[in-house]
Formats: sequence, C-alpha cells, structure tokens
Amino acid sequence: MNEVARIWSYLATEPLLWLTATLGAYLLADQIALAFRRHPLANPVLISVAILASLLFATRTPYDAYFGGAQFIHFMLGPATVALALPLVANLRAIRETALPILAALIAGSLTAIVTAVLIAIAFELPASVIVSISPKSTTAPVALGISEALGGLPTLTAVLVILTGIIGAVTVTPIMNALGIRDWRARGFSVGLASHGIGAARAFQVNDVAGAFAGIGLALNAIVTSLLAPIAIYLFI
Amino acid sequence: MVEAIAILLGCQLVGEVVARALTLPVPGPVIGLGLLAVLLLACPDLTKSTGPAARVILANLSLLFVPAGVGVVGNLGVLSENWVAFAVVLLASTIAAMLASVGAFLFVQRFLGRSDE
Repeated sequence: MNEVARIWSYLATEPLLWLTATLGAYLLADQIALAFRRHPLANPVLISVAILASLLFATRTPYDAYFGGAQFIHFMLGPATVALALPLVANLRAIRETALPILAALIAGSLTAIVTAVLIAIAFELPASVIVSISPKSTTAPVALGISEALGGLPTLTAVLVILTGIIGAVTVTPIMNALGIRDWRARGFSVGLASHGIGAARAFQVNDVAGAFAGIGLALNAIVTSLLAPIAIYLFI
Repeated sequence: MVEAIAILLGCQLVGEVVARALTLPVPGPVIGLGLLAVLLLACPDLTKSTGPAARVILANLSLLFVPAGVGVVGNLGVLSENWVAFAVVLLASTIAAMLASVGAFLFVQRFLGRSDE
C-alpha cells in the first residue's frame, strides 16, 4: 500500500500522467463518436471533458494539478490559430470570387453573434465576467479563449460555451437551411462556420464539400473580426 | 517539420509581442495568423514547408480544446445556477448569427445579379 502511495505521489507531481490521460481520453472519445457515426451530439471534446472531469473527481485531483500536465496540449492552441492562415490563403480564389457576399455575411453574422449574446446575457443579469466569457462564443476556441482572457472573462467557462455553441450550430444548421429552402452551399457553409466554428465546419464537410470549404473561410474570417468587434461590444455594453 | 513549427511559433511570437507593445485587445495568435497570411502571399513556397504540419495541427484541433474544457469542473456552480440563461443565450444567438449571415450572403449575391444556385 505504501508502494502505491509512493508511485501516486510521483505521478501527482509530474506532468506525464495527465498529459497521457488527456490523449487517452480523446482517443476513447473519438471511438465513441465513431460508434455514433459522428452524430454532432456525440462530440469528442464533450465526451473527453466528461471522462477527464470524472477522473479528476474520482481521484480528488485539483484542476491546477491536471492543467500542469495538460498545458502542453493547451499551448498548441496558439500555433493552431496561426495555422488557420493556410486554408484562408488556399481558398483565396473562392473568397475573391464571392468577396462582397462574404463581406456582408461576415459583418452581419459576426455582429449578430456578439451583440445578441451580450444583450441576452445582460437581460438575464449574468455577472460581467460571465458576459465577457460568452461574447466570443461563435469563434474558434483558441481565439475565443484569447479574447475572453484579454477582456477579463473566464477562459475555462468560454471553452465550454464555445463547444456547446459548436454543437448547437452543427445540430440545427441542416434542418433550418432545408426548412428555409436555402440551397446555395456557399452561403450555408459560410454561415455555419461563422456561427459555430470548427464543429459547425466539420458538420458542413459531412454534408457537402463546397459547404465545408466555405465553413472554413467563415470560421477563419470570423476569428479575426470577432477579436476586433468583441472588445468594442464589451466596452459599449458593460 | 521543424521549419514549419519554427515559422508558426515565430509568427505567434511576433503577434504576442506586437499585441503587448501596442496594448491591442486582439489576441497575439490572431495577429500571427495575419502575418503568416501575408508571408504566404509574398512567398508561396512557404505553403509547401508549413502545409503538412499545419494540416496535422488543424486536423486535430478538437483535441487542443480539451484541457480548457476540463476547466468546467471549476465552473459547475455558475453553469448549474444559470443553465436556463446559458441555454437561451447559446441557442438564440447561434441561430440568429447563422440566419443573419446566410441572409446577408444571399441578399448581396442577388443584388449583384449573380445568383447561380
């Protein structure tokens, strides 16, 4: 028993355990998502979070100790944001060909995403730090976390809200667009990428390749625009 | 691979320094994104050296949210106290953003007379 305690005390202080656990939980969650034929509700991030949160609870490990290991994965969010430049430049021709519709959709969508989120949150009298945390919810996670942190929000809360937003967009986009009779794949893809980032884009790729490419454009452009507009909205409303 | 990582981190580094030096509210990596886009346009060969690494990172983007997502354990109180508010905000705002965006896209396209559905 003493031996177990000695090994545990080593594992509890080194990053190895929780780094490995994060990768393992994600691989398991991905298999579970695959078993559900990648239905948007069976989101691998949400499943991974549930597995790891249960593990932390069961082993009474504080989040800070977990993050000591998982921070190496978290660090990659920065370079991942920079890497979004590649699909953006690769799709430059498609962007040029539909420049004006894209510009209009980008401004209208980004403004609506931020302003409606902030105003509804104010109407529910949520605390200021929570309102800030909600404001970048439609943006891809690495950028949303950066915005939330820079404006005094709670990045861990933002992470969860961003994931939930992605799932909502991915689940609702096809029924809504079909009900409205919208058949332009570029418009459909762009709007779901803008409103629900990578999770929405992944759904768009499942439905149609053109929609997927435009979802990628939508998420990358909205990442830039939200990081410019969210600080203004927070300044104006709070 | 090493070159690609150096370029991605280098762009982020410049972005972080610029964001702090000019006290911009824009996250450093977003400035890095803009910088890399400019570099790629100026020097298309960079696409070959950064492409494979960028694809690997972006293909596994979901994994990178997990550590922050686990932070939900510290926010369970806020979430359970305000779950109705969160549900309404996220549902209404996400769907509104999608509709505003798709509406603006189609409106401008029709206005330009280039609707080719």
